[in-house]
Amino acid sequence: MLQIEDLQVKIGDKEILKHIDLEIHPGETHILFGPNGSGKTSLLMTIMGYPQYKITAGKIIFKGEDITDLPIDERAQLGIGMSFQRPPTINGLKTRQMVQLCAKDEVDEETLAKKVNFEGFLDRDVNAGFSGGEIKRSELLQLLAQNPDLMLFDEPESGVDMENISLVGKTIASLLQKGFLDAETKPKIQTKRDRTKMGLIITHTGFILDYVAADKGQVLYDGMLSCVSNPHEILNCVGESGYEECVRCISTIN
Amino acid sequence: MYIDDQLRERAKKAIEKKGAIGPDVNLHEFDDAPVSHPYMADEDLCAMPGEEQKQLIMAGLDVTKKERGGTYFQKDTEVIHCHSQQDGIEVIPIRKALEHHDWIRDYYWKLAAVDADKYTAAAELGLHDGYVIRSLPGSKSIYPIQACLYLDKDGIQQNVHNIIIAEEDSELHIITGCATSPHLKRGVHVGISEFYVKKNAKLTFTMIHNWAEDMMVRPRSVAQVEEGGLFLNNYICMKPVRSLQMYPTTHLIGKDAVARFYSIIVGSPGSEYDVGGRIFLKHPGNRAEIVSRVISNGGNIIARGHLIGEVPDIKAHLECRGLLLNGGFIHAIPELEAHVDGVEMSHEAAVGKIAPEEIAYLMSRGLTEDEATSTIVRGFLNVDIPGLPPQLKAEIDRVIEESDKDVM
Repeated sequence: MLQIEDLQVKIGDKEILKHIDLEIHPGETHILFGPNGSGKTSLLMTIMGYPQYKITAGKIIFKGEDITDLPIDERAQLGIGMSFQRPPTINGLKTRQMVQLCAKDEVDEETLAKKVNFEGFLDRDVNAGFSGGEIKRSELLQLLAQNPDLMLFDEPESGVDMENISLVGKTIASLLQKGFLDAETKPKIQTKRDRTKMGLIITHTGFILDYVAADKGQVLYDGMLSCVSNPHEILNCVGESGYEECVRCISTIN
Repeated sequence: MYIDDQLRERAKKAIEKKGAIGPDVNLHEFDDAPVSHPYMADEDLCAMPGEEQKQLIMAGLDVTKKERGGTYFQKDTEVIHCHSQQDGIEVIPIRKALEHHDWIRDYYWKLAAVDADKYTAAAELGLHDGYVIRSLPGSKSIYPIQACLYLDKDGIQQNVHNIIIAEEDSELHIITGCATSPHLKRGVHVGISEFYVKKNAKLTFTMIHNWAEDMMVRPRSVAQVEEGGLFLNNYICMKPVRSLQMYPTTHLIGKDAVARFYSIIVGSPGSEYDVGGRIFLKHPGNRAEIVSRVISNGGNIIARGHLIGEVPDIKAHLECRGLLLNGGFIHAIPELEAHVDGVEMSHEAAVGKIAPEEIAYLMSRGLTEDEATSTIVRGFLNVDIPGLPPQLKAEIDRVIEESDKDVM
């Protein structure tokens, strides 16, 4: 389980996350909505442990362990992984090698690459000259090898072309054990019990909801988690009346 | 003999002439008297002490000669092994060539100037030996020829002159190394190399340096590439050296001739490197590329590159990337010279430390900070060299892999 308690985060002198409380239970996937600049990426980077995101108060607990002060690699070792929006290029490191580095044990990178239609990129340097959509597939490929328990996705759909979008959606669903197809092959209760993976997905378009059976939607507005609701409902509300209106409306009801 | 006298006269006049760039070496402090070593048969080579064999391996010389087309091995001033295993490829000590073959006169000091500086002069006046490697017209080297210049005697000055000729339509691969014995501390190596790549020939020359901490090194190289020829020159130096200065020059003298230089240098504390490459593009269709990767662990590195486009329809690119790991100094000096319209010339240079976001990214995949750093460094040194036979690529990878611990 991921537990975030009263988390406050600064970059430099600027407060970017205010009193965040969030719980993601094993088997749960949450969708994170919010306008540009509301702090969504910052929240993901803070959970991953990027040191420029300074935690000034509160705690992050993962699998019962306080990870508030743990460095990035120790969080990764504990089972946190992230799909980045704009990861850096690593010159001279082949994607194939990167996949092996991500995996704790030997993996067959060709088989994994096939899943995200990425075989042709294995001998290219990591992220070197990749388009937006290629980066997303490369990130997914690395997560497939890493197989973390908590996965943070920063806009996994942005830049992905029509041809690959359903592939990306389905791969995320299977990583998170949240595919609609899986649910049909086994009794529902069994599927639910088998789920252990946790997910937190930033999306603007909501496309991911077509593939991933998300449990909750969260709206981050001005550094605060301002509402928790059914993700489809949030999407509709934001689409119709915008974030400001949506947050006001739901706060009033609460 | 008239020609010899002329060369000697010119050399004598240059004997105190300092190099155009780089710190001056006082050659009087070193001993260039001949040191005799017995010729070694194959079994003698294999019986060398393990530690020495290891030094040699690090400079690309495999005493078992497995997967090698021929071997030239010079210890101090003496040739101790010289042999070609492949038809169509000749390996001859240069003194022997000068004595017995008139044709060598068409090449000896025809590209490099004997009076360029005190080092070229010393190589003429006090020539010890060196290799002549020639691939005959149309021949293709299956395995690379290996050449090693080994320094054993402390305080020695080694003067070497090499001539490499790839005749028309031939293909020649050479791996050459310089190494010092484990007990040698101090010495100077003067090496003249002249390369002739003839019409439609291909020459790859991979040089691995494995010096000692107090070595002074002054190579002087000039190459010319004829129509349709390719000269691929790789240089790797990952071990400490007191001072290394070289600025090999290549002239592309026929249309569609191509030259590519790749160098990988790791500079340790107390070491000084002034290394570059210069390529003249003189005919339409010429292509040139100079790529360097330099890492300073505290050493001083000047990385030069100079491309000169003299005619239209040429293409040249210069790329210099430097990484500062533990202080030190890197000075990248890329130069482009375009003399006419219609040239396509570019350069990119970047010097800095490892980007923290790259380290963080790899850490997010579970690597520790140290593992992430070494992965990035290894990637940085992993240059794609088009046209390099896989076996030589493997050789370069092995040297980098072995030296990895020293880099960190």
